[in-house]
Amino acid sequence: MRREIRLGWGLVAPALLWTAAFFVLPFAAMLALSFAHMEGRAVVQGFDAGNYIRAFTDWSQLKALINSVEITATVTVVSVLLAWPLAATIAWRVPARWQRLALLMAVLPFWTSYVVRSYSWLLVLGKTGVVNRGFALLGLGPFEMASTRFATVLGFTHFFVMLLTLTIYANLVQLSPNYARAAQDLGASRLRTLWHVILPLTLPGIVTGAFVTFVLCIGDYVTPQILGGNNELTLPQLIMLQMGRGGNFPMASALSVILMAVVTLAYGACAKWLRLDRL
Amino acid sequence: MKLLAWIYLALGYAFIFLPVVVLVVFSFQDGRLPVPPFQGFTLKWYAQITSDGALMTALGNSALVAFLSSAVALTLGFLAAHGLARAVLPGSVLMRGMLIAPMTVSYLIIGLGLLTFFNRIGVKPSLLATGIGHVVINLPLCFAICYAAMGDHQRSAERAARDLGASEAQVLWHISAPMLAPALGAAFFLSVTFSWDEFLIAFLLTRFDVTLPVEIWSMLRSGLSPATNAVGSLVFLISASVVVLAEIFLLRRKP
Repeated sequence: MRREIRLGWGLVAPALLWTAAFFVLPFAAMLALSFAHMEGRAVVQGFDAGNYIRAFTDWSQLKALINSVEITATVTVVSVLLAWPLAATIAWRVPARWQRLALLMAVLPFWTSYVVRSYSWLLVLGKTGVVNRGFALLGLGPFEMASTRFATVLGFTHFFVMLLTLTIYANLVQLSPNYARAAQDLGASRLRTLWHVILPLTLPGIVTGAFVTFVLCIGDYVTPQILGGNNELTLPQLIMLQMGRGGNFPMASALSVILMAVVTLAYGACAKWLRLDRL
Repeated sequence: MKLLAWIYLALGYAFIFLPVVVLVVFSFQDGRLPVPPFQGFTLKWYAQITSDGALMTALGNSALVAFLSSAVALTLGFLAAHGLARAVLPGSVLMRGMLIAPMTVSYLIIGLGLLTFFNRIGVKPSLLATGIGHVVINLPLCFAICYAAMGDHQRSAERAARDLGASEAQVLWHISAPMLAPALGAAFFLSVTFSWDEFLIAFLLTRFDVTLPVEIWSMLRSGLSPATNAVGSLVFLISASVVVLAEIFLLRRKP
């Protein structure tokens, strides 16, 4: 028994050490840096909450946080609402032997390069893009759709609909059809069965997918940078801006800590249903 | 109701494929802008990008980082999963939590943390630094997949091997790894695709030798161009073939 424990430790140790050295320690370094401040171009380590105070009192900084939360919340809700019927159609309508293919097709564009995916939406939404050409044929437009929040939300939604279709589908096919049968035998209508039986049973899967969407969306820099233009900044864009232009690493660190706090809050809000280990 | 479902499915696919189709179609554009009208078919943009030295170097760098970092992540994740699934260790819940934790943290924060940390200890931005970052993001995934795949069935086989005198290394190599081959394959495959396509950490942690997404990012700076479409289509072709092959050979036999 002793031997087994020692062996177990030996096997876990490399992974733990890696995580400690390249995840926990860097985060600690960033946390420390967030309490530093800039004097000219030099970082002065100290312990003042100035960066945090600025993040919540300086409107240009606070606005980025608000933008991020608004965009992420919109994307999460819209993506779940669009993905659920898609996953359900594949799980319930498509014949069993075609389901894997249908699913593979539904997530194939997931594997386009992440950077290029946002760029493709630019081709669709731009002033001379596909959609505006279509409008032009009808004598409408052109409409400015790129470099707007709409474009950012659309780009995000496209990505996360694929992700959520996959997770929700996995959830739906695991569900035994007996629950729905039982409910209908007891006289429930199809809508009632859906609402009172199937939805509660698949809620953990939906919430897990929604949480992952939230985390990936709120921390993403590429999509808002390419599709949102610079009209309004999201938190990751502001972080990159602080780091790049001003070289203000302390402020960037403080904003990152705030970003992480928001994610932690979201985690707390849905911890009850989350099953990250079953992803 | 039935018709409605099929219409929704068709619209869903249209939405999902719209940007990809536009991307690929206008990579063949015989003109300077990848937007309508389509002016004729040409392969010159593909010729241009495949003879672009910086781009091809970046492609090689990406492949290198993806395979090496995934191999490290898978090894560490597999060993840890084995250790935690087989022995009852004090504090195992805590350790599992710590190993999974990077999964819930944005890449931006992981990248920025590593950049801060590497600055402090004097490590220069490089492909190695990027690889280290990619192990951090893929380790939780590899660990979780391996851990979830370890069942009682394997446990008995491992115990039998031990009773017959196999050393722990032999058990790992001859019993556990082959029995977990599908899970190991899936974990490795997912890690490679994530690392291959990862932008932000690579952007923060490389300087002169860059990976493909970073190189594409700098192409975007010069505005819309069919050359970018061609790169995007090529990357999509590579990734999609890998996915389809993996689907056929690796994931099909899933119970």
